[in-house]
Amino acid sequence: MERHPSTGLAVIGLRINAESRQVAFDPYKTLLEVLREDLNLPGTKHGCELGECGACAVLVDGTPTLSCLLLALECDGRNVVTVEGLLEDGRLHPLQEAFADLGGAQCGYCTPGLLVTAKALLERNPSPSGDQIREALAGNICRCTGYQQIVEAVQAAAAVMTPRDKPVQPVKP
Amino acid sequence: MKPDAKTRIIGLPRRRVDGRAKVTGQTIFADDLVLPRMLHARLLRSTVPHARIRAIDTARAEAHLGVHLVLTGRDFPITYGILPVSQDEHALCPDTVRFVGDPVALVVANDELTAGEALDLIAVEYEPLRTFAGPEESLAHPEPRIHDYADEGNIHKKVSLSFGDVRAGLAEADHVFDDLFFYQGNTHLPLEQHAAVAAIDGDGKLVLWSSTQTPHYVHRALAKALAIPAAHIRVIATPNGGGFGGKSDPFNHEVAIAKAALMLKRPIKITLNREEVFLCHRGRHPVLMRFRTGVKRDGTLTGVHLQTLLDGGAYGSYGVASTFYTGALQTVTYHIPRYQFDGCRVFTNKPPCGPKRGHGTPQSRFGQEVQLDKIAERLRIDPAELRLRIVEQPDTLTANYLRVSTIGLAECIRRVVNASEWKTRYRKLGPGRGLGLACSSYLSGAGLPIYWNDMPHSAVQLKLDRSGGVTAFCGATEIGQGSDDVLVGCVAEILGIEPFDIRAVTGDTDLTPVDLGSYSSRVTLMMGNAAIQAAERARDVLADAVSAKLGVPKGRLVFAERRVFDAEDPSRGMSFSDAVCTAEAMFGTVGSTGSYTPPKSAAKYKGGGVGPSPTYSYSAAVIEVEVDGSTGWVDVPRVWIAHDIGRALNPTLVRGQVEGSVYMGLGEALMEEQIFRRLPQRLSRALVHKFPSMLEYKSPTFLDMPEIFTELVETPDPHGPFGAKEVGQGPLLPIMPALANAVYDAIGVRIDEVPITPEKIVKALAEKAAGRAPRYGPTRFPDVNWPETLQVPPPWEGGTGKATNEPERRTKALEGGPLRPAEEAKK
Repeated sequence: MERHPSTGLAVIGLRINAESRQVAFDPYKTLLEVLREDLNLPGTKHGCELGECGACAVLVDGTPTLSCLLLALECDGRNVVTVEGLLEDGRLHPLQEAFADLGGAQCGYCTPGLLVTAKALLERNPSPSGDQIREALAGNICRCTGYQQIVEAVQAAAAVMTPRDKPVQPVKP
Repeated sequence: MKPDAKTRIIGLPRRRVDGRAKVTGQTIFADDLVLPRMLHARLLRSTVPHARIRAIDTARAEAHLGVHLVLTGRDFPITYGILPVSQDEHALCPDTVRFVGDPVALVVANDELTAGEALDLIAVEYEPLRTFAGPEESLAHPEPRIHDYADEGNIHKKVSLSFGDVRAGLAEADHVFDDLFFYQGNTHLPLEQHAAVAAIDGDGKLVLWSSTQTPHYVHRALAKALAIPAAHIRVIATPNGGGFGGKSDPFNHEVAIAKAALMLKRPIKITLNREEVFLCHRGRHPVLMRFRTGVKRDGTLTGVHLQTLLDGGAYGSYGVASTFYTGALQTVTYHIPRYQFDGCRVFTNKPPCGPKRGHGTPQSRFGQEVQLDKIAERLRIDPAELRLRIVEQPDTLTANYLRVSTIGLAECIRRVVNASEWKTRYRKLGPGRGLGLACSSYLSGAGLPIYWNDMPHSAVQLKLDRSGGVTAFCGATEIGQGSDDVLVGCVAEILGIEPFDIRAVTGDTDLTPVDLGSYSSRVTLMMGNAAIQAAERARDVLADAVSAKLGVPKGRLVFAERRVFDAEDPSRGMSFSDAVCTAEAMFGTVGSTGSYTPPKSAAKYKGGGVGPSPTYSYSAAVIEVEVDGSTGWVDVPRVWIAHDIGRALNPTLVRGQVEGSVYMGLGEALMEEQIFRRLPQRLSRALVHKFPSMLEYKSPTFLDMPEIFTELVETPDPHGPFGAKEVGQGPLLPIMPALANAVYDAIGVRIDEVPITPEKIVKALAEKAAGRAPRYGPTRFPDVNWPETLQVPPPWEGGTGKATNEPERRTKALEGGPLRPAEEAKK
């Protein structure tokens, strides 16, 4: 971490949604606040600011992380992915397609956190069972859907991402 | 268009029109708004539950670096409130605080942190008053009064309505069941915390963006509370990150920042933290119920006498309507020849209760359905069979003058009975496992507006563009339920274009015609009908033009696949955009309007304004449970639910509403409770929320949810758009009683109370083991000095819908007589 010479703000460099960025911010800020207020990425939401709801989940070095509990200062040199970074070549990620098509998003407020958490799951387990999906997403609260259409959306995305003729990697426990 | 007409878009599962925005993080919620020169606000909230404000010293806060403005109750002399009969709220309390969390000051500063620092610098001197923690205390002590306008002492509202001689009804029964039930309060817990931004636009007019379900009512409340013309205020409802009824009141934070923006001429944002969302509340009323029900040996109901006691919290909110709703819909589900309802709502020093999904009806639905389970057991009739015998008939006027149109309830019951293999599994699953069944009904939109007027409840305007695009304007508010999708789907279907060709502009009081809001499950039916009318009128104009141009009789023209063509020779036609150009050249700019007003209610008695609806939805559910007798833990592996939707406009979204209702119902049934505790004397004996955080206020996670088997029963209703009824609220209602009935099947104890927690089950099992009544629940209904009962003879006793002993009424509106806007303005 550096200090900005004139403002005294903290300055870090990080990789955010596949772009290298430097950002200056008040050093007490959480990653959530820096994403929303200093990096102009409001897609990541807040529901409690206490690590209870999962709305603010982002990927830090590929791991789902509650951005409301992480100081932005701790993200120097790290790789952060938010919902805005899910598009691939301008196309919706299969998870985004499936959530939109299958009722995985109603009000859409928990959706960004769920999408990145599900993305991390599918990266480590390309064809998870329903129970594995529920376990992986259990920290994300959704008050609209009853969760079932979200589970189905993750399964549908997994099916698209892992065609049947392609051998599936054995799942590590 | 006829309800059963063939369709291309309606009825097919489809990505919702706002689906892409929601999965890319592009949906702009209120807190995502950032405007140039924007300031931030926070509220100072009362730390005591009931007190006079002796003094507020804001000098230090005002002097704090970065603070621009501090407002207190002195700045808000005019009251507001959602119901015309309960105008009891100030944006900031001027002289009295009524619950821990009541706002007393607003600080506007450069940022949230600074505003928060300044809150600590405000000194408030309180003179404590007696506090009221629950209905028994409020009934026992009329003084000090929480509100002077209450019916009597601290009793906000008392009502008594009789439809036929219920005593005679009970007298002719073979059995009379007399049961008490209690339903604990709970809250909406939307994931998005309430947020709003107020600004003054370039013209000098006020603009408020807010996560509100009811921009029209917020618009009215701002005009009143700030004493500026409504025409100079614009309210924009941002998409709500979940509402469930919790964003249906005009809120103090909205009024307060609007005033501050008018004073500072700069944009101001406020976002509540999670604890404040719990304190805003307006959620489920705690309700104590007594059900006296007479039945014949064959299960026929001879009469029902229901009494309810509601703990309203500190303000009126929707409470008068909530009170009537606890007694309104029993008759819509089952045939009740004689019915009496007595309801009482008291004020207490807790956050105000209001409308939560099901508004006032889940509590008494719980009591009625659990009591029916007891009746079925005593009469040795299968609970499903019992209900099939007493289901209300279609095209009926009920004892309380609610007009029932279509009823798919019997089919719903048959579907869940078959799907769950009820007949071979009920009472046969062995110890610790059980099945329970329950049913429900709900409004497809309230038949009356919140303030009395003769205008439409929903309106849609269409702008047809030469490009072939169409813009649909409607005041309806997208709260996640999919209202934008309903609007676009209906218009696309009728004009024969694709949803992607249509832009929805909604929830903006400057741009869109009035829709009353996303409450009472009214939007699909009312906005849908308005949209159909607007689209049919536009289609008519285009058809005139195309018919003249091509020489094809108008009646033969088909609108489909972005074309307008001759049904007998599809090659004769033109593109939709050419049709618009042709019409524009012939008639001038093409646009249309449509609107919807519900049918007149047959209920002419005081209180009859709550309950009427164009049509009612029905649901039936079977729940399977596994109960651990040693810990009282309840597992729910499976839920079967069937919902009479009339017609599913977009089945993907309908299923989402049904499953979301099951989810929220299970939360209420098993764990969610908005409860309070008194701090010890040395800490002021304040009534504080027991757990205002998402971690401790338990709600179901992915791991708690059962497998849900959803069946949609489609009996197209003549009142619904394409035959559709509501789905957002009804399917929640059978869940709590079905769960209680399943617990009884599993372990033979009755939990006559919600939530059904392990602690209560263990206690009931201990009662059973000790040879006492195997039950946990209330044992006493306090004495209430009920008012004179309004006598309304039911239709089959020659009644006209009027009470025979009613004094002359000032207006025919919602109970208490909300004033016409003109009269209100004169006040």
